[in-house]
Amino acid sequence: MLFTSYEFVAFLFLVLVLYYVLPGRFQWQFLLLAGYLFYFAAGESYLIYILTTTVTVWFAACRIEKVREGQTKYLKEHKERLGKEEKKLYKSRMKAKQWRWLLVMLLLNLGILAVLKYSNFVIVNINRVIGAAGGGREFSLWNLVLPMGISFYTFQALGYLIDVYRGTVKAEKNLFKFALFVSFFPQLVQGPISRFGDLSATLFESHPFRARTVCFGMQRVLWGYFKKLVIADRMLVGVNAIIGDTDTYGGAYVFVGMLFYALELYADFTGGIDITIGMAEAMGIHVTENFNRPFFSKSIKEYWRRWHITMGTWFTDYIFYPISVCKPMLKVSKFTRAHFGERIGKRVPVYLSSFAVWLATGIWHGAGWNFVAWGLGNWIIIMISQELEPLYERFHAKFPVEGRAPWKVFQILRTILLMSCLRMFDCYRDVPLTFRMFGSMFTGWDFSIFWDGSLYGIGLGFQDYMVLLAGTALLIAVSCIQRRGKVREMIAEKPYPVRFVIWYGLFLAVLVFGAYGAGYDASQFIYNQF
Amino acid sequence: MQELLEILRGLHPDVDFENCKTLIDDKVLDSFDIISIVSEIYEEFDVTISAEYIKPENFNSAEALYSLIRKLEDEE
Repeated sequence: MLFTSYEFVAFLFLVLVLYYVLPGRFQWQFLLLAGYLFYFAAGESYLIYILTTTVTVWFAACRIEKVREGQTKYLKEHKERLGKEEKKLYKSRMKAKQWRWLLVMLLLNLGILAVLKYSNFVIVNINRVIGAAGGGREFSLWNLVLPMGISFYTFQALGYLIDVYRGTVKAEKNLFKFALFVSFFPQLVQGPISRFGDLSATLFESHPFRARTVCFGMQRVLWGYFKKLVIADRMLVGVNAIIGDTDTYGGAYVFVGMLFYALELYADFTGGIDITIGMAEAMGIHVTENFNRPFFSKSIKEYWRRWHITMGTWFTDYIFYPISVCKPMLKVSKFTRAHFGERIGKRVPVYLSSFAVWLATGIWHGAGWNFVAWGLGNWIIIMISQELEPLYERFHAKFPVEGRAPWKVFQILRTILLMSCLRMFDCYRDVPLTFRMFGSMFTGWDFSIFWDGSLYGIGLGFQDYMVLLAGTALLIAVSCIQRRGKVREMIAEKPYPVRFVIWYGLFLAVLVFGAYGAGYDASQFIYNQF
Repeated sequence: MQELLEILRGLHPDVDFENCKTLIDDKVLDSFDIISIVSEIYEEFDVTISAEYIKPENFNSAEALYSLIRKLEDEE
């Protein structure tokens, strides 16, 4: 059941009606039921995986909490009798107990994810090595299903478990409440990766019907559908044509495809997140924002603070910091400082941990060398820009352009181009081919395609380009207005006829120019596959 | 406290670390700075700041960071 299907729209309508008809105290139970129905409709066999993650993580979190409660009680009761060293020893024994629970659950759940998502990638590579070594018996691929949104819900559940281990959230004692946290259907498909502390604040409360809340939520859903159906799915036709025939579409076409893909991915993913957050908002539930106008970023580092924010903070909190401040890493840093100087010693933990994070980010996005190359490409660019800092400072001391509008525009365009180039790994899905096509942008450049009508040959007609142009202009305009405040609140203050024209205009645009009007098939959201 | 201020000034000589209370909220310090600070604290104070303590309230000011170091020294 795709978000863009008629079935889903009917499902959402029914859920919303029943949600507000039911007494408030049953609302969260109803959402749990709806989440499992939604997941069951996506694939019956998926249920076993989400159930396994839910039950094991919930159980381990309760055990960790119990150990902590026992520790507090014991220390309180034996406050007078225990010396400092004894207390320290006892605490470290309790911590080790908690760590064992955490470790077992991390291995189990990441193991499930790894087997389902990466085993065939590993087999293919083993077979390649066998073939290169002179042949022999090759391993056959495993016929495995990849449950929808498994990376998202696994990370969300494990993030909760780590938070319980660290003591930043209390373990949820009610299994069904925790099950809802993992299976909340609006974010089950493609995130955001919520933290328990954030989502639980509104997830289990009762929410009386408020017209403004429902209305605001549905407005955001509509905006999401506009981005997905009018822009992303239309753009997809052109992108598929260009990447599907690399012999014909080289040179300037690659540049067009690269920019189209960047815009398609943005419209697709942010559109999906708008639908998610809007649905939750319509039910009075607050879901964390996942984007903050990323294409206005002035550097790649900033871009990653504004794109897929919940994934970025997940990797920072649960991979980057634990690796970079663990004792062995601090010892390595100390050693390199002593033997190779302050400058290198300082960089070692940062470089090694960010390498691990970008490798993990690449692998998280998919089982393929192209994703590994994409992740490491990001790492290389961020590290290079980090190393060039002194050069930038010297440049800015000589040319005081910092903060001026033309310089900001240059920085923004530079970030967009760099990100779009890196996305080519994701687009062509083959590392050597990506490099070949990237090279063709410089060797086979032919400007004439921009005016001789060649761009109509990639499956998009004049009307499509006009719709894309208007849609993109609207996206940029909305992003610019967002700098001044919340767009929907600004619209809500306008007189009724203005509001009517805006929202019905958007609704009609989705109906006429979206998947229903122009003969396209609504495609799956790109991030569904993760 | 002086040793800590020296570590911080070594990273950003232009920042008023004695008075600034929003080092994280105002993005004065980023994740790379935090790692450098943690590793220098390990060398200078022999205190390990583990990942669970890396949160804005502990890094927003030199004072908060110093309190954390003291707390961890007591625990260790």
